[in-house]
Amino acid sequence: MTEPLSPPKRKDPLKRTAIPVLPPSMRSRAGQLLTWAAAEGRFALQKCLECGHVAYPPRDACPECLSEHLPLADISRGGEVVSESTIEISGEVYFRERAPWRIGMIKLDEGPIMVAHLHGDSAKGDRVRMSLQLDVAGNAAAFARPVKETPNMADDRQWRTMVADPKFRRILVTDGRAPVGRAVAKALLDAGAKTVWLGISEDWKPYPPVDPRVNVVPLTVDDVKSCEKLAGAIGGKVDILVNTGDYMRPGDIMDTNVVTEAREQLNRHFLGFLHLAHTFGGGMRARGADGTNSAVAWVNVLSAYALANTHPYGTYSAVQAACLSLSHSLRGEMRHGGVRVTNVFSGPVEDEWYQELTPPKVGPGAVASAIVKALREGQEDVYVGDFVKDLRERLEANPKGLEREMNSGG
Amino acid sequence: MAGGRKQRASYDGVVLTCPVTVPYSRYSIHAAHWWIGKALRALADSSGLSHRQFDGFCLSSFTAGTDSAIGIAQHMGLNLRTVDTIPLGGNSGVAAIRRAARFVQAGDADIVACVAADTNQIDTFRQTTANFSRFAQDAVLPYGSGGANSSFAMIQRNYMDRYGVTREDLGRIAVSQRANALKNPNALMKKPLTLDEYVNARAIASPVHLFDCVMPCAGAEAFLVMREDLAEELGLTPVFLKGAIERHNAIDDTVQEHGGWVVDIDELYETAGTTPQGIDVVQTYDDYPVIVMMQLEDLGFCKKGEGAAFVRSHDLTIGGDFPHNTSGGQLSAGQAGAAGGYIGLTESMRQVTGTAGPTQVAGAKTALASGFGMINYERGLASGAVILSGEGA
Repeated sequence: MTEPLSPPKRKDPLKRTAIPVLPPSMRSRAGQLLTWAAAEGRFALQKCLECGHVAYPPRDACPECLSEHLPLADISRGGEVVSESTIEISGEVYFRERAPWRIGMIKLDEGPIMVAHLHGDSAKGDRVRMSLQLDVAGNAAAFARPVKETPNMADDRQWRTMVADPKFRRILVTDGRAPVGRAVAKALLDAGAKTVWLGISEDWKPYPPVDPRVNVVPLTVDDVKSCEKLAGAIGGKVDILVNTGDYMRPGDIMDTNVVTEAREQLNRHFLGFLHLAHTFGGGMRARGADGTNSAVAWVNVLSAYALANTHPYGTYSAVQAACLSLSHSLRGEMRHGGVRVTNVFSGPVEDEWYQELTPPKVGPGAVASAIVKALREGQEDVYVGDFVKDLRERLEANPKGLEREMNSGG
Repeated sequence: MAGGRKQRASYDGVVLTCPVTVPYSRYSIHAAHWWIGKALRALADSSGLSHRQFDGFCLSSFTAGTDSAIGIAQHMGLNLRTVDTIPLGGNSGVAAIRRAARFVQAGDADIVACVAADTNQIDTFRQTTANFSRFAQDAVLPYGSGGANSSFAMIQRNYMDRYGVTREDLGRIAVSQRANALKNPNALMKKPLTLDEYVNARAIASPVHLFDCVMPCAGAEAFLVMREDLAEELGLTPVFLKGAIERHNAIDDTVQEHGGWVVDIDELYETAGTTPQGIDVVQTYDDYPVIVMMQLEDLGFCKKGEGAAFVRSHDLTIGGDFPHNTSGGQLSAGQAGAAGGYIGLTESMRQVTGTAGPTQVAGAKTALASGFGMINYERGLASGAVILSGEGA
């Protein structure tokens, strides 16, 4: 049975904050295929298109028929622990600091043998449920867990390194003026967060009521001074930052007023993101190994339109695409500290600015639940709602066709 | 196999000679090249030849960096007709013998210097582990980075459960090798080891504990391969190659319980014209005692699953009824990288020519030595064995 996690004690200010180190992160090109699956929470391995052989470790040719066609395919998560070891002495600093570390050899129902991280409640001879997680270095890692839920299962210390569970963590949600921000704040507190700060821009203006457990803080992301001030106050304590800001104004290139609105959207989204990253990112990256409530994740709520420019939101889509691009840069930089960057792509939400759109739309609660789930399961790319899922499938099937259909002109 | 397999040709007319060991050190400030140079010099001194007369070169080293055997050839001033880099870890020695023997038989080289050498600087071992293979980088190393210890731990866990092997059984192997090592002045381990100490040692990657692990070190092992008539002309003591097998990536156990030897072992004894009972001294590849036990079974000294009973009922020390790893092996003499794949070969050559000195088994004339290596992912892929004979003392 997993020992339940204890609330972290107040930090001793005289103690040195451990510098984040990472597990080995060299991977082959084919190995990165699994990272793709892990990012979305899929359990997929390479499966030969010609003979159906499921291949692992990742390969460039099928060992059964030498076919070069080995795409990812979702496979059964079932397997059995056929051997195990508890590593007391590791060659790498990351695991030395975290010893003992349990690993197992798992015989998958679909054939391959996987060396995997082993949950504390699973042992040799047990049936397990496999998943591909992202380790703190951002690479796919096989994890074997009990098939059935066990008490405090999510508190397993090896599992906790693979995810960004909000439990006992201190979280900044950037925009309490929009319904999504308020819903996210509540959902994170319900998920066991110790503290949630909720940013309110220009807080002298009235704003809707928020959950009484929330700490409201002044934050105007397009104002770098405001970001600096808040980071100065709480930056050393933020374990998770959820950037929920959404400022959408319709407008294609030829529309009147489009330049002014585009500038405002750039300020609030792109520069806002940059300000936040600049003022909070460094502190978080330095605290990636700071005990139970280490800095662990940065979440961006992005629009589905970041994936495909869509009429009549031409400039907004472009700004969202810029933010998506920036998130990849941030992900690369935060990885050195073992801090995850998760992008949650949402279709249009039930909000005054999407009022005229036909369904399906996404409720703020759905975005909030998706964020909690992504943090608990360690996903990196999350798609919320049917609209964005449809968009993604079409993008994969025919990107040019999607472009024509989404930008049929106004 | 299509068309059937051709009868394996004998190694008649080829001999091994001049086994040399460059004494090991736990750490070295020198490059691998320094150790290779020492080995070549020792071969020259031992044979009375100039190294410029060596026209074949088989080299195994994990730590020579960007240099393969050809780069080393220029570095050392070797003028070669045949050059061969053998990156087969613990099976490098057996592979070198087989290749060198065929080079000589075919006339592609007259005198082949077979060398395995590695340095061990601070952090060398970690780097070798971290860069071992693509499968290891993708699918093993990120899982706790236990290196070979945790991979073999999982093999050992299964083996113990499957065949009722206890840690005491495996301890008998380690303890007897330590006793042997105390007679080998070059062994790094100088203190006796009791079974209690073995059993109570701290866990490294359970069920692998401290004395299941080899001590990484710097060192070199080498020998020459040439025609029998040339050895005679040069006045060098010959060791005859009675048989040799290799088998790679041949075993599909879920968790490894066999090595590739099982495929060819009958043929090995048949070509050598002997049986397990005809072997006077055995040198197995001992990266972990469990792999030794696997070899005792797979090499035909007992049946699968009887390894534990075998070590309980035999004395594996130099003076015992089953003299095994007489130099102390890697477990007690040290593992000098790829030289770990040679240590049993040079010791066997000394044993069958009566030149093993303090570790000499009385009357030994026939030896079996095996190699094992390359745990590329979850099992050791390379395996091989040779039977050597000499005139004895």
